[in-house]
Amino acid sequence: MELILLFISAAIVNNFVLSYFLGICPFLGVSKKTDAAFSMGIAVTFVMSITAAVSWLVNNLILIPFHLEILQYVVFILVIASLVQFVEMFIKKVSPPLYRALGIYLPLITTNCAILGLALFISLREYSFLEGMVFGLGAGVGFTLALVIMAGIREDLELADVPESLKGAGITLIIAGILSLAFMGFAGLI
Amino acid sequence: MKKGSPTYEYIKGVWKENPVLVQLLGMCPTLAVTTTVENGIAMALATSFVLIMSSLIISAFRKLIPSSVRIASYIVIIATFVTLADRFLAANFYDISKALGPFIPLIIVNCIILGRQEAFASKNTVKMAFLDALGMSTGFFIALFLLSSVREILGNGTWLGIHVMPASFKPWLVMIMPPGAFFTLGIILGISAVIARKTKKGA
Repeated sequence: MELILLFISAAIVNNFVLSYFLGICPFLGVSKKTDAAFSMGIAVTFVMSITAAVSWLVNNLILIPFHLEILQYVVFILVIASLVQFVEMFIKKVSPPLYRALGIYLPLITTNCAILGLALFISLREYSFLEGMVFGLGAGVGFTLALVIMAGIREDLELADVPESLKGAGITLIIAGILSLAFMGFAGLI
Repeated sequence: MKKGSPTYEYIKGVWKENPVLVQLLGMCPTLAVTTTVENGIAMALATSFVLIMSSLIISAFRKLIPSSVRIASYIVIIATFVTLADRFLAANFYDISKALGPFIPLIIVNCIILGRQEAFASKNTVKMAFLDALGMSTGFFIALFLLSSVREILGNGTWLGIHVMPASFKPWLVMIMPPGAFFTLGIILGISAVIARKTKKGA
């Protein structure tokens, strides 16, 4: 039961994009088309789930027993960078169509702050291994959800009459604000 | 002002290539920590420290870093300075460090920093890289200062902790919550686009 609550909390109530402001760059950059947004969301969810597991193992089996917590940030970012590289090679080998569909988005995930944020939250809140995994999966689903909703709205927006100065990022941010207000309505859920 | 002159490299970061308002980089910390002016300033200073120090180091070592592993090298250098800044804040300004929480370590993935290393510091002399980093930091500071001032005044009725609004003013609570950040930044971007267009027409 607690795991389900944790999942819903990470995916909807404390959505990474709309309430923690993590992963705003891809959120603004890759939300023009729904299918691209969905592919990006899946890629991020995938990397997030693996990162949650690997960073938990590195943190609890290597850094903490040897009192190396000071190296945490350097180690986490290296783990994420090499993981993304590894996932990229793996997908390229196993499923070339998927690799082509994800394209440039895969390497870009390294600098997505949602991934590093996830690793930091897991170590900060001292989640157990299973909780960390569920949290990572929930965060990824939440990211995908926000990205796809945003892309859907922006596709319709192309036909709307937006004031000249607000075109592009301005109107996108204001819509994100309204979305974030809507997601705040879920706060009573847990 | 000529492109490539030292003054140009400094000034461009403040307005023409402002990292937040024009290049839309470093959005996560910009939106997340600007609930009060104090937090905004602390974030801007911490980011400036990391940006300037890593620009100096990377431009000094630019001929020694092989281009195939440059991104990994930059990230490690940046992460080292972020760890320094994080320890310094935790030791001397515990409240601020607590308020900013995981957003201090997240400076590592602030795209302004990696972007400047890749686009500028890795190709220019130490002096130019320093000016460029200083200019970008100033631009980042201005953006955070504006955003956090609007949010703190409207959302809390105070500015840097001092009451500035009349007693009858009811704080707009939404401004210090996540939606307020998106609204304020969206409107600031709109206003700066208007100014940019006006000045272009005049010139």
